[in-house]
Amino acid sequence: MKENILIIGGGAAGMEAATQLHKMGLNPIIIEKSEALGGHIAQWDRLFPAFHPAKDVVDKMLDQVKGIDVRLNTEVVDIQRDNNGFHAVLSNNEKIDAQAVILATGFDVFKAERKQEYGYGIYNNVMTSVELEKFFRTGKDDRINHPKRIGFVHCVGARDVKVCNTYCSKVCCTTALKQACEIKEVFPDAEVYTFYMDLRMFGPGYEDLYLKTQKDFDVKCVRGRVCEVSEDMDGKLVIKAEDTLFGKPLKMTLDLLVLMCSMEKNKSIDAIQQKLGVANNSDGFMQNKDMYLGMNDTAQDGVFVAGACTAPKSLPDTIGEARSVATQVYNYLNR
Amino acid sequence: MDFGFCLSPSSHVKMDSVDLTTFNRLKETNPDINTCIACGSCTATCTAGHFTEMSFRRILLMLQRGKEDEAKKMIQRCMLCGKCTLVCPRGINIRKILLDITR
Amino acid sequence: MIIEGKQKIWSDYQKDIPDDHYFYVRSCIRQAFWPGSEVTFLDITRNKLGKDFYENPYHTTCGGIAYHSDTIPQETAMTIIARQFALMHESGYENYVCSCITSFGCYTETLETWHEYPELEAKIRQYLWDSCKKEFAKPKYLAHASDLIYKFRFDIAKQMKFPLVNVKTGKPLKVVEHIGCHYSKMFPSKGFGGAEYPHVLVGMIEAWGGEVVDYPERRHCCGFGFRQYFVQANRGYSESNTYKKFESMEPYEPDLIITNCPGCPYFLDRWQYVIAEQTGKTYGKNGYGIPALTYEEVAGLVMGYDPWDLGLQMHQVAIEPLLEKMGIPYDPKKKYQGLNGKDLGQPQCPSCMKSV
Ligand SMILES: Cc1cc2nc3c(=O)[nH]c(=O)nc-3n(C[C@H](O)[C@H](O)[C@H](O)COP(=O)(O)OP(=O)(O)OC[C@H]3O[C@@H](n4cnc5c(N)ncnc54)[C@H](O)[C@@H]3O)c2cc1C
Ligand code: SF4
Ligand code: SF4
Ligand code: SF4
Repeated sequence: MKENILIIGGGAAGMEAATQLHKMGLNPIIIEKSEALGGHIAQWDRLFPAFHPAKDVVDKMLDQVKGIDVRLNTEVVDIQRDNNGFHAVLSNNEKIDAQAVILATGFDVFKAERKQEYGYGIYNNVMTSVELEKFFRTGKDDRINHPKRIGFVHCVGARDVKVCNTYCSKVCCTTALKQACEIKEVFPDAEVYTFYMDLRMFGPGYEDLYLKTQKDFDVKCVRGRVCEVSEDMDGKLVIKAEDTLFGKPLKMTLDLLVLMCSMEKNKSIDAIQQKLGVANNSDGFMQNKDMYLGMNDTAQDGVFVAGACTAPKSLPDTIGEARSVATQVYNYLNR
Repeated sequence: MDFGFCLSPSSHVKMDSVDLTTFNRLKETNPDINTCIACGSCTATCTAGHFTEMSFRRILLMLQRGKEDEAKKMIQRCMLCGKCTLVCPRGINIRKILLDITR
Repeated sequence: MIIEGKQKIWSDYQKDIPDDHYFYVRSCIRQAFWPGSEVTFLDITRNKLGKDFYENPYHTTCGGIAYHSDTIPQETAMTIIARQFALMHESGYENYVCSCITSFGCYTETLETWHEYPELEAKIRQYLWDSCKKEFAKPKYLAHASDLIYKFRFDIAKQMKFPLVNVKTGKPLKVVEHIGCHYSKMFPSKGFGGAEYPHVLVGMIEAWGGEVVDYPERRHCCGFGFRQYFVQANRGYSESNTYKKFESMEPYEPDLIITNCPGCPYFLDRWQYVIAEQTGKTYGKNGYGIPALTYEEVAGLVMGYDPWDLGLQMHQVAIEPLLEKMGIPYDPKKKYQGLNGKDLGQPQCPSCMKSV
């Protein structure tokens, strides 16, 4: 009989790990709590840095997992371990025995209303990066009515002790510039500003995206964090920031403000994680065994991690980890 | 009545009322003007900047923050030596832009 | 504006304070600025609502002004505060309420500091004993007087004679609320509604029939800024902050400003006169200013207190247009008569802003 590998989470990480394990002749089983596979990338329109349709990537991944055991709308409610391996109970009462477990539960998007000064959920024309992706996919959002001036705020819920998230969320700088270009494509006459603290364009082609943003899309990047948002008589937004490179406080009226929300650890897995004996790191994400050589391992033999559940990651990062976790699991089973 | 004090002018840059005519004019012939990453190389190396306030990086910002007069004043310090253009990592044709601003 | 968003924040920032049995302490400057306010607070709470608010004649300033203008060290300010708390304890109370926002900020800051640095608390305990031979105690609950009026806002509404409504048009008055910085900016969880969208005054305005104005510079400081105001040459900074607020609220045509700090109404009131003298500009209708009142004054007005008993003649901005809008009767002859009929003397008329 093939050996079962329990994969919790059917996003990019879970799907890719399953694909690879399947190819190795093992029997991965994906437990996905939502009604579909794909995770967050299924919510995005186009991916940075090349504006590649996210659907393309998701479709390809879905194609690869055909024939693999998947439980949708399902969660693990209990898990025990003995000498024979892991014994999981699912929310549909099904019981599954497995030789190894991969946690691939990804991230949650920071709740923008926690940064009260930005007025998300209070001022009509403040939206999140996730909602803007949805607009790009569907073309619909009541808040977007031919905006003439649009602002993007970086690091919302990241690099900020006030919300207890001191880490950098890694992908939101690139996403901001990508979205700034995209909104310029939809509204070429609009003035677009991004407010950043540092621009972290860390990957291949990302700096080119930055150059393109400046040169081809005429997006203005202002170094300074927006500190306060309010609404004027006409329902427009008034923002304050410092142009730190110019050394002066700056004030402007905007029709739309987009908050680049950070990634936070997905907490819906906490109870199971605890049962498995996997701790969190100081950023609140899952603690892996070693930053360099043991990024897929945890303190518990047989319990592995992959993707954005251990730290904010891009899709290529995630895919890379998903592939390496498959190797780690394979080696573990053949130890 | 003299109160011994008066209203202080606001130090805010009021982006709503900044006049970008000159900057936009420059942009037409020098699309690179947008690509500055504020690295400061131009200022660090500037012949004039070692003895005066001269900073091309700041001139670019001044033009976009409603301080065109100050920018034009600052440009008078430039010796047109071209060192800034030599070092700019974005390949901005700084010397030409400096000449174009006052044109 | 999505009101539900604000309501969510308001419900998150509710603080637990009792509604009776308080040790009440006054503000050193409010009694000079707005002499009717504290008296009205005590009259409303004690006589109209039947609550127990005790005032001890030996209480003093909290030392906040000296602390904020760098003339005494924090330890001195803390010892003064410890003495106030000791008086409360000796008087048999454990709930402490102060009339001043700066005091409230100092008390909160002190309690938090003692909590974080117990060694400092021990030091102050010793200072208190050495200087006053008093026993150290801390309040169980700390409140600002506006918290109590907020808590009682619906009881006050029940006794309301003149709601915040324009009697001629039947429309609610447009009211600007201005919160003293030290109410919740330093410790958001200590204020009703938090720091970005405080509910403490909004709640009163809504309960008494007014319409709240949320304008872009709402959160901005009035500009008092102790160090700025006390030095004449620096007062321009102070005035400029108020100016910024008025320029921002002007398009909304507010009828009234309600505040919960000693300094804010003072500066929002007096600077209107100075701005008018310097620039010729006034912000109310027909050359008048916009009245900036304390929450007790507004509570008193809606409950039908005589405007002159509330001390509204002490405001630079004429109050009469507001009284007329609200349909509150008043005797112009009594405006400058003291409590016992004594002539208070008439102020000089400003050259730009209308005074009657
Ligand atoms: C606004 C935004 C835009 C982005 N754009 C890009 C881009 O353009 N290019 C790029 O490279 N990266 C981008 N990223 C990053 C990318 O989304 C992530 O790298 C990727 O989604 C990580 O995949 P994952 O599988 O680790 O996590 P997720 O995508 O979060 O997937 C986790 C899956 O696990 C499931 N799950 C969670 N908890 C449980 C549970 N308890 N039981 C069962 N199932 C569970 C979830 O339902 C989900 O399906 C973006 C991120 C953001 C926030
Ligand atoms: S990637 Fe950029 S926007 Fe995101 S947290 Fe890091 S610095 Fe901030
Ligand atoms: S050309 Fe002008 S700005 Fe450039 S380095 Fe020479 S002096 Fe400085
Ligand atoms: S050297 Fe070039 S990129 Fe760097 S600050 Fe100067 S103009 Fe900008």
